[in-house]
Amino acid sequence: MRGLGETFFNGAVIAKYLPALLGGFRVTLALAAAVVTLGLLLGLALAIARAFRIRTLNWLIVAFVDVFRTLPQLVVMIFLYFGLPYAGLTISAFLVAVLGLGLVLAAFAEEAFWAAITSIPRGQWEAARSTGLSFAQALASVVMPQAIRVAIPLLTNRTIAITKGTALASVISVPEILDQAQSAMSLSANASPLVVGGMLYLAIFAPFVAFSRWLERRFGWII
Amino acid sequence: MTEPRVLLEIDDLHKSFGGTEVLRGVTLRVRAKEVIILIGPSGSGKSTLLRCINRLEEPTRGRIRVDGVEITERRVDLNHVRRHIGMVFQSFNLYPHLTALGNVTLALRKVLRMSRPEAEARGRLMLEHVGLSEKVDARPSELSGGQQQRVAIARALALEPKLMLFDEPTSALDPELVGGVLRVMRDLREEGMTMIVVTHEMSFARDAGDRVLFMDGGEILDEGPPATMFRDPAHPRTREFLGRILHRAAGGA
Repeated sequence: MRGLGETFFNGAVIAKYLPALLGGFRVTLALAAAVVTLGLLLGLALAIARAFRIRTLNWLIVAFVDVFRTLPQLVVMIFLYFGLPYAGLTISAFLVAVLGLGLVLAAFAEEAFWAAITSIPRGQWEAARSTGLSFAQALASVVMPQAIRVAIPLLTNRTIAITKGTALASVISVPEILDQAQSAMSLSANASPLVVGGMLYLAIFAPFVAFSRWLERRFGWII
Repeated sequence: MTEPRVLLEIDDLHKSFGGTEVLRGVTLRVRAKEVIILIGPSGSGKSTLLRCINRLEEPTRGRIRVDGVEITERRVDLNHVRRHIGMVFQSFNLYPHLTALGNVTLALRKVLRMSRPEAEARGRLMLEHVGLSEKVDARPSELSGGQQQRVAIARALALEPKLMLFDEPTSALDPELVGGVLRVMRDLREEGMTMIVVTHEMSFARDAGDRVLFMDGGEILDEGPPATMFRDPAHPRTREFLGRILHRAAGGA
């Protein structure tokens, strides 16, 4: 039992590497916030653009969505990390991770928002247009407020799943929680840093999950 | 005595969906303050005719003029045209995320660009007009069908339309809620609103209609004042239709 405690809950090791792990915590938090913001806003913007039914634009949106829904996040990230420099573009590993995960989330978010927009009954459009609202006004004031509520339950799980993928950024050595925990583990030959890392993930994502449940309850009504 | 001016002119209106011709040459004149009742079997083109008048449906051929403005012209500003033509739908189509007041004021603010206090003042007045001053802050889901339909009428009236289109406004209502909606429509008639009403409420047609039009197969087959139409319709198809529907209304099989 004593060996188990020393391997997983070693106080000395934890004390030594805690500052690095807390640094990783901040990086993960920033990464997650950026991914959620980019993914949801871009997804929303694409769905709104698609509602205008401009043929070439829609074709491009659907192509984007299908590509990023298909590719594994890790592949997108590695491709951006090692591929962009060949195109003469060098961006930080952090930004690569934000882009990689954010684009994948945007693709799924676009599909959820689009499904929600098409689920709004035609009568809502007709009522709005019959009172003189333009297409854009009807979309903004009548359709989107309802569509966003419909989309929330479709989005929460996916958003959590993709945002947890911030751990994948350790592969391109973004100094987030997992990356810090792994290097601490190999330096100390002890598993305690990973246990602390797991707790730090919980500290970020448990409130995230609770918040999404609250959102679902608050806005997840069926019209 | 001078006749009121002609408010709506429809000439040789045709509408096809795919290969099916739903309107086959409808011509109609409606004078200001007139209440027109459109009756006919389902699929006869009544709703389509109504929906062409504010161009929720695009006519295939023909001409529509509202108060002198040719609305079937390609370059017409549809959003401008529509604020003068109110429409009330069978399924109410209230915005579920807004209160009754929010439903009534949305177009006032977005289309007429009124300030919020100005729009809300008019919105309250409109809701009072349809007997719902106590329901200003209620959501559609908290209202009965009859109340929802009255909010929808207030929403259309708030823009002070020249013409009101009613597409089976009471067909989705429980029988005991029909009366309240018809009362509002009778009041509107008294105030001189020009209305075209698609309805199966024959008692309303009889005492509120100036003219009854019978449509079948995409054409207006028969028309006349309610008294004549109900007592002695000229067309055998009208007679047959009225016989069926009045018999049913009287509680027969």
